[in-house]
Formats: sequence, structure tokens, C-alpha cells
Amino acid sequence: MKALILLSSLGVISLLAEIFSFKKLLYPLVLLGLTAAFVLNIGEWNTNITYFKMMQFDNFAIAFTSVIIVIAFLWFLMAEGFFKEETSLTDHYALVLFALVGAVLMVSYTNMAMLFLGIEILSIPMYILAGSNKDDVHSNEAAFKYLIMGAFATGFLLFGITLIYGATGSFALEEIKNAVANPGTVPSIFYTGVLLMLVGMAFKVSAAPFHFWAPDVYQGAPTMITAFMATIVKTAAMAAFLRLFDTTFLRVAGSWSDVLWVMTALTLLVGNITAVFQTSTKRMLAYSSVAHAGYMLLALLAANNYSNPAILFYTLAYSIGSIATFCIVSIIVNAKGDDGIHSFNGLGKTNPLLAGIMTIALLSLAGIPPTAGFFAKYYIFTSAFMAGNVGLVLIAIVSSLIGVYYYFRIIIAMYFKEGSHEEVPLDINHKLLLIVIGFAIIALGLFPDCIIRLL
Amino acid sequence: MITLLLIFFPLVAGLLLLFVKGQQVRNIALGTAVIEFAILLFALTQYQHGDTIQFDANYNWINSLGIHFHVGMDGISLLMVLLTTFLVPIIILSSFNREYSKPSLFYSLILIMQFALVGVFVSLDGFLFYIFWELALIPIYFICLLWGGENRARITFKFFVYTLTGSLLMLGGLIYLYLHTDGNHSFDISALYKASQSIDAVGQGYLFWAMFMAFAIKMPIFPFHTWQPDTYTVAPTQGTMMLSGIMLKMGTYGLIRWLLPIAPLGVAHWAHLAITLSVIGIVYASCIAIIQKDFKRLIAYSSIAHVGLISAGILAVNVQGVQGGMIQMLSHGVNVVGLFFIIDILQKRYKTREIASLGGIRNLNPQFAVLFLIVLLGSVALPLTNGFIGEFLLLNGVFQYNAWIAAFAGLSVILGAVYMLRSYQTIMLGETNSLTTSFAPLSGSEKAVLLIVCAAILVFGVYPKSLMDIAEPSVIKLVEGVKLAMGK
Repeated sequence: MKALILLSSLGVISLLAEIFSFKKLLYPLVLLGLTAAFVLNIGEWNTNITYFKMMQFDNFAIAFTSVIIVIAFLWFLMAEGFFKEETSLTDHYALVLFALVGAVLMVSYTNMAMLFLGIEILSIPMYILAGSNKDDVHSNEAAFKYLIMGAFATGFLLFGITLIYGATGSFALEEIKNAVANPGTVPSIFYTGVLLMLVGMAFKVSAAPFHFWAPDVYQGAPTMITAFMATIVKTAAMAAFLRLFDTTFLRVAGSWSDVLWVMTALTLLVGNITAVFQTSTKRMLAYSSVAHAGYMLLALLAANNYSNPAILFYTLAYSIGSIATFCIVSIIVNAKGDDGIHSFNGLGKTNPLLAGIMTIALLSLAGIPPTAGFFAKYYIFTSAFMAGNVGLVLIAIVSSLIGVYYYFRIIIAMYFKEGSHEEVPLDINHKLLLIVIGFAIIALGLFPDCIIRLL
Repeated sequence: MITLLLIFFPLVAGLLLLFVKGQQVRNIALGTAVIEFAILLFALTQYQHGDTIQFDANYNWINSLGIHFHVGMDGISLLMVLLTTFLVPIIILSSFNREYSKPSLFYSLILIMQFALVGVFVSLDGFLFYIFWELALIPIYFICLLWGGENRARITFKFFVYTLTGSLLMLGGLIYLYLHTDGNHSFDISALYKASQSIDAVGQGYLFWAMFMAFAIKMPIFPFHTWQPDTYTVAPTQGTMMLSGIMLKMGTYGLIRWLLPIAPLGVAHWAHLAITLSVIGIVYASCIAIIQKDFKRLIAYSSIAHVGLISAGILAVNVQGVQGGMIQMLSHGVNVVGLFFIIDILQKRYKTREIASLGGIRNLNPQFAVLFLIVLLGSVALPLTNGFIGEFLLLNGVFQYNAWIAAFAGLSVILGAVYMLRSYQTIMLGETNSLTTSFAPLSGSEKAVLLIVCAAILVFGVYPKSLMDIAEPSVIKLVEGVKLAMGK
């Protein structure tokens, strides 16, 4: 809760920076603020405080909030260049920080109203930020598509919430859960509500067949915002999904698990297979992000005591790997003006460090040991296996193999294809950030216990 | 402690090597590999003959999932580590006649691969085994991708995806087994062995195929071999040596250590099919080897034939078969490294590997001809060479299983002699042609490698007992246990 208040005040302060002209100070201030928020957040571990039956900072919320703050911190380190433009600088800060507030709400809600507020507080800044590259047609297109599709999703979600309210007479998760304790007496509109919410959440995590917005938006939005969407937005949406379906709706799992089974299988296959045919790396990463949502849904569907830690670890591993890849993609785009896979040609010769970190990050996303991504996948598979979803695990294994194909295309381009012999310029901040992330990916893969025993 | 040292010494050295510049890096790499071999020799002196796990080290790793860093060696593991640590210095030495670009990365990858290979052979925890198993793939993939020949991107990628497919199936099998362990679940090998007893024959059948696919692809067994000839041909010589000399033994070792004890009922039900596939592979690969024009490709196919026999012998589940498999793994490792090095020597001098275009080299350098002949005889399993005893035991083992299958498996010896002797005849005997007008004398490192390989072939051909004794108690214990579980 303290972290939430701090993040909100940081957002307000960054708006004030324009008036009181301390814009230069804002960057260190935000980094400091995030560090403080992280510490305050950890301090609330095991306290389990509830606020007006609206939010509960249980360990689940604290753990996911920590992940979100850590990723946001790394994101700010990576995205320093995004905050260079004089005219809109404070808006950018404020929007990003408010989006973070929304993300924290989404992992800590205990009331449908808060879930809705959280999603909207997160989404509205993202609509704006996706279009923040005002002169670029694609950026405008991305913002517009995102807004329309997001509005649809919100509509589904709200309709679902309404029906559930109609059936149970409450917005509070605990009361809804109790109201459906006896499945025999549950009115049928409740099930309709659950399915509509499922659709709404599937939009937000970009699960097939509700993923169509993702590639266009990811490709069109500024690369830094794409990274934000692929990491923080996805983490928050996944945690919200998990919090709702694996606790409140668990008793009526029969009504949604079959639908989710099909969605998971579709997401895995569509995401991975489509990614193979992309030539733009950003678009490829968009489809890969769809596929990763599929892996996480595997654990969500399993709904056993492995699910929470598995998804926590997966979001962390996936986000860190994505931050590294997006950082490198943006560096390449800046240097070569193109995000096609051929832009990576010869990078292994000109920039061994960049190529090395990219390789580690891609191996992690592909799930090869000893990286974090491998353990994340392993844990998800175990969770799904335990729930008896052997068929889905086999689909996931096949799609992992397809995944290897497109991730390795970049690796092969970097080390095998001849490219320009000019070194790509790399500033010291990014260099340090990438080295730290590279180590973090390996360290998480070797010592996952420190994360998974939390939940 | 010794086990930990054996695992991590090459890793640390390999990582440090990345920061060394210049061609001297190969001397350091060689030194590291020799020290590693010395450590293993020391371990051999400390080894107590028996069927127990020794040099045990067990640490908690991922507590909440019952995953341990559990390593140790019994006789079987010890022999495999012996093979690895013996071959890596030879492989490094064999690269001394070439100058690779980015030498520090090249040797670093070889040492990191040694780390992973040793790890595979000493792991006593399913999860750890899997990690090392996968880890071994990454360095060899990059060795082939960065220093390989024509078309390497496509071919090495095929290799990667093939083996990864097998690995993921094995992972599925291991998780399935893991979820059958008692209490809070554990990946420890003893817990996994125990868990398999609670699985019925059908479940063990799935387990058998999940694990066998991984091992069959790695070895490779017909019909999962299609990645192998291309990859062996396109990889740089040292990469081919690592692949054929050591890495394929991960598969055969996996059969002994993991497949037989974990799925005995699966073996009882499916071994017949698996052995049949292995034997088909022997005949099929030998026949294809006969018509090969490229010598490297010929050896690649001969490797499929040899490994098919090893696999058949092991899956026959009797002491002779498994023991023969152990010995043949060592012999095949040494011989195939020798053969690939001979190809490298020829290719370096004549820029071709085409058998028909060479000839009469014996007239130019009789010394090389003799060394080549010894390696070749070892590979066709002539008595008094190291290949003989292994193949004899393997055929004996298969014969006990089924005489008809043994008859077909025996073709490997005959067909092997056909294609090996024919190639030798074409390359070395007869008159020199326009290409082979001269033969640059063997360099010091080339001589050293060939002499070591030939010495190993002869010594262990004449006196194989020293090696057989190391593994025998463990093999007997393992085979008895598996037979009991199979209800024989």
C-alpha cells in the first residue's frame, strides 16, 4: 500500500515538475522513488493488510508488485532516451508512473471495482503512450487500434462484472466466492458473466483468439513502450487473471476450464507458428509475447499450488529477457533504422558483447538451460502435468520447438550472416544494464529457489 | 570433492580462457585438459573396487522442489569420465595443426563442453542430469555454427532442433516420474528408481519411449539418425570428435544409467522393437557407408553402425551386453577420434576428402600408413585391438537375447571390414596420382595424437581387463536389479 501511495505521488510530482521547473531532477528522482517503493513494498511482507475490502496486500500482491517495480526500474534505466524530448517529458513520466499505479492495483484488488479501475488506470496511459511518436503514422495507428480493442475488452469485462453482480449481489471477491459455494443454486447468468470476464482478460493478456491487436500495436508503438507493454502490462494482467480465476472462480472451474484449455492451446500454437513468418523483430517479439502468455495460461489452467509461484517466476524471467531483447532491438533500430532480422547480420563480429547478451536473452526466451526461461518453463510444465493436462504439455513442447526456430534465426543472423562492419554505438549505461541483465538471467536460472519459495 | 573438481575445473578454466588473447591460448587449454586428466587418474587410484557410488557430493539446490546438486561416480560413471578426460586433451592437441579464428572462444567452448559432459556422467539427480544434458548442446552448436563448413547454419540448426525434441520428451518423462515420488517429491536418482516401481507397465511404456527417444536421437539410432551424417560432415574436425567421441556416449550412458532402471517393465515390453531398430540401423548404415565417396561421411555412417550394436547389446539386458557396451563406448570413442584426425590430416594436405581421388600415400609416408592401419584395425575389431573385446561381448550379449538378431548384428563386423579396408586400399595403396604427388611430413602434434591413439588401441586390445574390472561390479548390480524388476 505504501508503495502504491508513493508511486501515485511520484506521478503527481512529475506533473508538477513542469510548473516548478525541476525537469532535470526528475529522472534520478523517479529511480530513487522506485527504489524506495520497492523497499516499502518488501517491508509489508507477511503483514496481509486489507483496505476497505477493496485491496489486500497479501504475499501474492507484494510479490507481483515487487516484480513490477523491479521491471519498471530496469525499464527506466533502459528507456532514458525516451525522456529526452523537452516538450512532453513530464507527461511521459506521469503517464508511465500512473500506468504502474494501475498495475499495482491489478495485482492487489479484492473487489471487482478495483480490478476495473486498475485496468483502466493502466490502459489509458498506454493508449496515449502507444501514440506518443506523434509524427509517425504507425504509432498513431497503434494507439488507435489499441484504444478500440481495449475499449472492446473493457466492454466485455464490464458486462461480465455486471452479470456477476446481478447473480451474487456483490463486487467483493470473497462474497462472490461464498455466494457460489453451492454450485446448484448459482443462477446461469453467473456463468455467462464468468465467460465474458474470461474474454476480457484474454484480451488484456493477448491470448488467442483475442490477440489480433498485439502485433500491430507492438510494431507501431515506440520500442520502449512496446517493451513496457510486453513486460509490465503483461505481468499485471496475468496476475489479475490468476487472482480472479484461481481463487474466486475456482469452484466453478468446470464452466471455464474447457474454454481456457482451447484458448491456451490456440495461443501456444498461433503465437509460435505466426512468429516464424515474421521478418520484423518487433513483430516477431509481439507474437512471441502472445506465445508466452500461452505458457503462463498453462499454469493458470492447472490451478494447483504450483500455479502462483510458477507464474510469478515466469513473469519475472520473461520480463527480464524481454527487457534485454527490446533494449538491443532499440539500439539496433537507432543505429540501422530498421528492425528487420537482417539488421542483426554480423553483430557477433562487430559487437560481441551485444550479441552475447542477446544470445543469452534469446536462449532464455526459448527455454534452454541454464537460463531463467528454462526453469520457468519447467515449472509451468510440472504444474500442468500435475493437473493432468498431459495433452497441453505436449502441445507446449511442440510449440517450444517452433519457438526455438524463430529465436535462433536472430542468433544465426548475428553469428553466421555477413553484415556491415561498422560497430553499433553503445553507451555505457546500456552496456552496464545489459551485463547486469545477462547475469540476472543466468543467476535466476541457477538459483530459482529464492523466488519460487516466496509463494 | 574430486567429483566437484572434475566438473568445475574445466568450466572455470574455460571462462577464464575467454580473456586470454592470441594463439598461446591453445597451450593453456591443453594444459587444463591434461590437469583434468591427471585429477581423474588420481581419482582412479582412490577408487575402491565395488558396486557403490563413490566420491559422493550432495547439496540442496532447489529445496522447495526436492532438487539436489547430487553428483558421484560408480564404476560406470568413472569409465565415462575417463573417456571424456582422456579424449579432450587429444582433441585439443589435434587442433594444433590449424589456426582457428577467435581461438580463445573456440577452446573455451571445448572446455565448457567438457564441463557439461562430465556433469552428465556424474549426475545423480534427474533435474541436474537434464540441465547438463542440455548444457552440452549449446557449446557444440556454436562450435559447429562458427567454425563449420558449407551450409552449416541449416545443418547445425537441424541438429539442434532434433536433439532438443528428444530432450524435451525426456523432460516430460522425468517430470512424470518425479510426480510419482513420495511425499514432497524429489529428483534424486534413488527416489526416481523407487518411484518407477509404483508405475504400471503401460506407464513405464510411455516412460520408456520418452527417455529412449532422447537417447536414440543423441546416439543416433535408426530412424532418428538423419541429422547425424550432415552434422558430422559439416562440423569442424574437433567438433566432430567431440560429437562422435564423447557426446554420443551420453545417449548410450543414458540407456544404462537412466532407461534400464527407470523403466524395466517398459524395457521388457519394448526392447524387442528398440533392438530391432538398432540392428536395422547397423545393416542400413553399413550399406550406405560402403557407397560413400566422402571419407568423413563414411566414418559418420560407420559410427551409426557401431552405436547401433552398442545400443542393441545394452537393451538385451545381460551382463555381457552391458559390459560390452561399456568397453565398446571407450574403444569407439578412441578409434573414431583417431579416424577423424586421419581425415583431417588428409584434408589439410590435399583439400579433399573424396576417397577415389586419393591413392598411393603409403609410398610417400609409410609411418603414417602404419598408424592409419592400426586405427583402422581397431575400428574393424581385429583381435588384439581394443575394438575386438567390446564387439565380442556385445555380440555375445545380443546372442543370448536372440540368435537371429545376433546374426544380423554380426554383419556389422563383416560390412565394417568391407568399407574400411576398401577405403584404406584406395587411399593408401596403389600408385600415387597427380593429386598425391607428395605428402608433407607429419608435424609433432600430429604424430603425438596418432601415437597416443594407437597406443591406447593396442594396450587395451591386449589387456582389456584393467578397464573391465572398473565397471564390472556396478554393471552386475545394475543388471541384476533390472532383471529382478523385469520379473526374469
